[in-house]
Amino acid sequence: MALQSGETLAMLVGNIWSKPRSRYWTLLGLRLLAFLAAAAATLVMALNKQTKTFVVGTIGTTPLKLTLTAKFQHTPAFVFFVIANGLVCMHNLVMIMVDLVGSKFDYKGLRFPMVAILDMLNVALVSGGANAAAFMAELGKNGNSHARWDKICDKFGAYCDRGGGALIASFLALASCFSFLSSPYLNLSTRRPIVLFLTTIINPKPQTIFISMDCSNISHCICLVFQMYVLLLLL
Amino acid sequence: MAKTKRIITILLRLLAFGATLSATVVMVTSHDSAEVLNLKFTADYNNSPSFKYYVIAEAIASVYGLVTLFLSSKSLVDRLIVILDVVIAMLLTSSISAALAVAEIGKRGNSHAGWLPICDQVPKFCDHVTGALIAGFAAAILYLVLNLYSLHVVLAPLCPAKP
Repeated sequence: MALQSGETLAMLVGNIWSKPRSRYWTLLGLRLLAFLAAAAATLVMALNKQTKTFVVGTIGTTPLKLTLTAKFQHTPAFVFFVIANGLVCMHNLVMIMVDLVGSKFDYKGLRFPMVAILDMLNVALVSGGANAAAFMAELGKNGNSHARWDKICDKFGAYCDRGGGALIASFLALASCFSFLSSPYLNLSTRRPIVLFLTTIINPKPQTIFISMDCSNISHCICLVFQMYVLLLLL
Repeated sequence: MAKTKRIITILLRLLAFGATLSATVVMVTSHDSAEVLNLKFTADYNNSPSFKYYVIAEAIASVYGLVTLFLSSKSLVDRLIVILDVVIAMLLTSSISAALAVAEIGKRGNSHAGWLPICDQVPKFCDHVTGALIAGFAAAILYLVLNLYSLHVVLAPLCPAKP
């Protein structure tokens, strides 16, 4: 028996959200951790800059000085890192707000799997950014003798240290993003409505609640993803 | 409905398996050498940790793809396969982005760090690596599409006729 979304779903949603359990707060805490870690990574890498003056020779008695600056903009991988972590940070902030004030939404159509889809894209983005920057940092630290690329971390130690700190924060954000993406499938939390919905569908036992949703073809789903994200940002 | 789902899933997994396998093979067989001023200059995927990680990650993904091609959709490991799909998609995106970062340095160099591009000396190696990266990129996108499709299938199991 197919129920129209809106009526019983609101009752389901309201029922769940009126009694928050400890696991709900665990997931919210994980999202908060991801938001803070991504924000820290973005800020530390964006403000990463070091200027150093080298003496390259002497003319008579006056030394020739050369001033070099190491900035994050010089490396495209770090630019991608900053942008990716900024987007992840914004996404997690929006999702935290959805979690906190979500009882007022009506979950018609595609808004239910919206969170899961965006979380998946989120994980892909942060993993790409973190790993590109990690290997670029490894190249800067060890150089590559086969390609005659010198290491730069012995000259710009503070730049490398700050970059390393930003990388650690980004990997922490990746770990927590992956945790709350896979938590419904692992039944870590059974109280959030999205989770409850997912577990009732995956569970092979016969269910009595079927929710008619507007995503019967995948291109429709993907188009609605971006629409909904913009709408969520405007809310 | 179940048959359609099964056909599309198998097709996506087959394509992704092909893409990861070709990425691994093409990267492993990339090799070139050049003589510049009496110095022998060899380029191999082993010289860069990023390309080594790429080969390992794509190999893991292709073995996983082969294994999941033969698993039915109603077995007990259904949930585990969904999670592992997400993990493998994450692994693939990370490996392709790492390899792309280093390959971009090899192609354009980094004037601020004093790193010269190497693609002029070893063009065959660069072309090989480009081919491997394209295959790996396709594999990452296919795994993401597979994840979205699994999500769609899971969340709309008995799609009624559109109202």
